[in-house]
Amino acid sequence: MGLSLNHYLVLGAVLFCIGLYGALAKRNGVAVLMGIEIMLNAVNITMVAFSFYNKVPPYATYFTCQIFAIFIITVAAAEVAVALAMIIAIYRKRSSVDVGEIDFMKW
Amino acid sequence: MDLVTVIFWIIAVILVGSALLVVTQRNIVHSALALVIVFAMAAGIYLLLNAEFIAIVQILIYAGAVTILILFALMLTRTSNIQLNSNPINRQWWLAVIVSTFVGAIIVYAAAVSPHAVADVSNGSGQLPAGISNVARIGQLLYSPTTYSYVLPFEIASVVLLVAIVGAIVIGRED
Repeated sequence: MGLSLNHYLVLGAVLFCIGLYGALAKRNGVAVLMGIEIMLNAVNITMVAFSFYNKVPPYATYFTCQIFAIFIITVAAAEVAVALAMIIAIYRKRSSVDVGEIDFMKW
Repeated sequence: MDLVTVIFWIIAVILVGSALLVVTQRNIVHSALALVIVFAMAAGIYLLLNAEFIAIVQILIYAGAVTILILFALMLTRTSNIQLNSNPINRQWWLAVIVSTFVGAIIVYAAAVSPHAVADVSNGSGQLPAGISNVARIGQLLYSPTTYSYVLPFEIASVVLLVAIVGAIVIGRED
């Protein structure tokens, strides 16, 4: 039994679900961020798998999915830097990283 | 089963197991350390898929920079009882389980029923021109201004990174 595209798609889906659960169910802001990172990694696995199984000429040689994965990694790094700066700024103000208590934009 | 299949299953089991550890550990530092294993195993998956450059970038940026950043943020935002329960779940956790299971079921269903435009079985051939490695090909695609390339998105990504750096400094500074 060899590997097919569906193996990687299901792996990506399972990982995405675990990350989604982490992002939805956690109260610590940093843990929410970890869940989002796992979700982005799941999408990257799916992207690279599509790139590997793409054999349509000439598009297979353009590596669109791998380039897309590189841009996802870039944006994820930027997002982590900004989000952690926000968490630290909120911690200075409130002495808490509980996302349930951060409500100063609530109307 | 051939060697690639065996390696895939080993990596997949470690990957999903450590991802579950990330979301279930009570001590958030342990979660952050399990996250390193998740990123390293994802790099292994990329190697299986002939994406050497992304595997190396994954190790450098995710396993190196992002987890160190997360650990620094944990160090700067100490909660009172880090040993006991520094990574609590909220009251709607059962709703999160239902939603994520539902989303996953939809993704798997869509992947199963939709016709793929790409091949179902591959040995990785047909993607690279003869005599060019994966890293060299990605370099051509990202930088070459003459052939088919992604020069403009690459430049825009550098602007995004610059804005993120400035934003992180402005938001995070003491005032």
